[in-house]
Amino acid sequence: MIFVFALFLLTLLVITAIAIVRTENLFVSVMLTSIFSLLMAANFFILDAADVALTEAAVGAGITTVIFLSALALTAEREKRRAGGQLIALGAVGILAALIIYATFDKPRLGDPEAPVHQHVAPWYLEKTPEYIDIPNVVTAILSSYRGYDTLGEVFVVFTACIGVLFILGVRPPEQTATRSAESGGLRHHLIPQVVGRLLVPFIVLFGLYTQFHGEYGPGGGFQAGAIIATGVILYALLEGEGEALRAVPRSVLLGLVVGGALLYGAVGVVCMLMGGAFLDYSVLSADPVWGQQLGIIIIEAGVGMAVCGALLSIFHAFAARGTQP
Amino acid sequence: MLSAPLIILLQPRGLAWAGATAAALASFAIAVALTIAVLDGQTQVYAMGGWPAPYGIELAVDQFSALVLLVVTGAGAGALLAARSSIDQQIEPERQPLFYSAWLLGLAGLAGIVVAADAFNIFVFMEISSLSSYVLIAGGPDRRALPAVFKYLIMGTIGATFYLIGVGLIYMMTGTLNLADMEARLGDVTELNPILVAAGFITIGLALKAAVFPLHVWLPNAYTHSPHMITVFLAACATKVAIYVLIRFDYMVFQSKLDDHATQFAQFLMPLAILGILVASAVAMFEGHLKRLLATSSVAQIAYIILGASFVSESGLAASAMHIFNHALAKGGLFLAVACLAYHYRDLRLDQLGGAAARMPFTSAALVVCGFSLIGIPGTAGFISKWLLITAALESGPLGWILVAVILVSSLMAVVYIWRIVETLYFSDSAKGDIAVAEAPYPMVLVTWLVALLNIGFGLFPTMPLTLANASAALLMGYSG
Repeated sequence: MIFVFALFLLTLLVITAIAIVRTENLFVSVMLTSIFSLLMAANFFILDAADVALTEAAVGAGITTVIFLSALALTAEREKRRAGGQLIALGAVGILAALIIYATFDKPRLGDPEAPVHQHVAPWYLEKTPEYIDIPNVVTAILSSYRGYDTLGEVFVVFTACIGVLFILGVRPPEQTATRSAESGGLRHHLIPQVVGRLLVPFIVLFGLYTQFHGEYGPGGGFQAGAIIATGVILYALLEGEGEALRAVPRSVLLGLVVGGALLYGAVGVVCMLMGGAFLDYSVLSADPVWGQQLGIIIIEAGVGMAVCGALLSIFHAFAARGTQP
Repeated sequence: MLSAPLIILLQPRGLAWAGATAAALASFAIAVALTIAVLDGQTQVYAMGGWPAPYGIELAVDQFSALVLLVVTGAGAGALLAARSSIDQQIEPERQPLFYSAWLLGLAGLAGIVVAADAFNIFVFMEISSLSSYVLIAGGPDRRALPAVFKYLIMGTIGATFYLIGVGLIYMMTGTLNLADMEARLGDVTELNPILVAAGFITIGLALKAAVFPLHVWLPNAYTHSPHMITVFLAACATKVAIYVLIRFDYMVFQSKLDDHATQFAQFLMPLAILGILVASAVAMFEGHLKRLLATSSVAQIAYIILGASFVSESGLAASAMHIFNHALAKGGLFLAVACLAYHYRDLRLDQLGGAAARMPFTSAALVVCGFSLIGIPGTAGFISKWLLITAALESGPLGWILVAVILVSSLMAVVYIWRIVETLYFSDSAKGDIAVAEAPYPMVLVTWLVALLNIGFGLFPTMPLTLANASAALLMGYSG
């Protein structure tokens, strides 16, 4: 049953992908990528990867679409026709696809308990997590403790992206933002989105907070939570106008969130070192190593959430500010 | 202690030039300390989060990574020391904190790649370093940098994705991400096809990042239009880190476990390297823009490094490692001198630079010294690595003579293009009449000369890098044995 469902979803994925490539209307293709992400999320869910599914839905279908749209507001809606080169590209992609398919012939069967992936580190994670960290969601344990250093790296990737966008688009002096808020009224004059949206915003933010703090027990965590909360605020910005949203969450707060989040994570690592452990070794944070691990995870997840949320919002505002520039 | 460079570098805000330089210098000091620690052959290992290796993430520094780490942090520290006035000229003050923090992130990313012992961790830091280098390149006043950076972004992303696909395939077959563990577990894998494909993907992906001919098309424009100091930094270390990962991954994981892999590796990379050396040198001979000329010559120099690695022999690898070090010195120095020139000359096309030596004697002299090192004139650092490369080529078999010929011909080409620069600087008439001595600000000239002297110093007394290079070659061949 699941198999048929997955097949169905994958077919839809392929169709969507082809449609994205074929369409010349950029608006349509942005919408299609959003659908693509949603389908992908469903796929991940079928494969029992709830955490990944949640991330894909929040980031791929939610926030990227919004950012694409705000970028689209700056450019033309239709793609320029470009001649030539397509055959070569098609050939290259074809060869690559063939190679990857060839490589997967020898791949272990899906869900095979004998597969190397399930033989080596995974059982250790499953077995030891209750003993060392004692939280139900093993994925969170892996992400934020066993491979916490990678997650720290990812936070800095987001941070770098944020710096990059702010740097290239240029930080505008704050006094100019106030004068513009009148023009960018958002969807204030449309009744239905207004009413529905108003109802939605608090729930989205609430759900984000739930994801943030429930990450140890169910699927979720800082990344997803940050993205969901950012989506909520952006929805608010779309409804009430960007100036209004900036008044609710000013730019300096956003930047503080990004920097603070990233620093918080790093600081936890340094504190662990100062207390005699290795970098990011949360066990030393408290007399009881298990509780120390949990404490560390909660703090760094908060850092991740802050950084992601702040970065996404900063990027959105940078684009939006650009749009109304004369 | 090992993670200290990362932590310091990851402190992101702060900013401005002083903070950034202090952080870079600190990381350089740590790199030196690490180098001394590994000189006796001891590999320094640090387990992140206190979790043992295959479960947690491990950092490891051996001689090879110490050598590259020295290059990376040294380039970062040197360029930052000299950067102040040049950056003041090119970037508005209110955007500078962002710029410097992007620079630090780039440095941290590259250093993170070098010390990582975990395939996925390398990818994470690769993302940090690439993202920040896109930002840095696009940061200058030159608007032509934007299309250049877009090209780089697309190709860099493809490269990183290829790498990730390769790592994914290996994970599928071995269930581990730790490099050493991967090598051990590959022995039990019976179906080698996915591994073969993975090796292909990783090699091509990293070759894209390293600008191996013919995947180099992003490089000349990106280097030409970026802020001058960024060119110094990136030219000295960015592509070399990709080569480092390529060599390390290949020798550590693939060579010993895949039959015939050594031959495939050599047959794939050697022709590319030879073509790269010849074509890029030839293009550089006819290039009229100073920065683009040097950037094109970088493609040829990278090809030398690849050529050394493609011999799959100890002497070849030693030559590669040595050339990573020496080319960073020579090209870093050249671009530093270019940055000094650019302080007074807006237009860096050769025909606009006539008679510059009369105005900026120190800068021009430093440029000549580094240029000699690039050519490989005896007494400079470049000579050592060329010599090693030729020795390795002769050892490689009957075809060695052809390779030696290639190296010699390309060196002659290098003479031609460096001579064109010298001729313009010293023997052309000044474009404008007034000859007033106006040097670049002294920190820039000082650092430039420091690098130029290092070029000579390591040319006359090459013991330190040579020891490291030989040790790393022995280490790498040890894995594949």
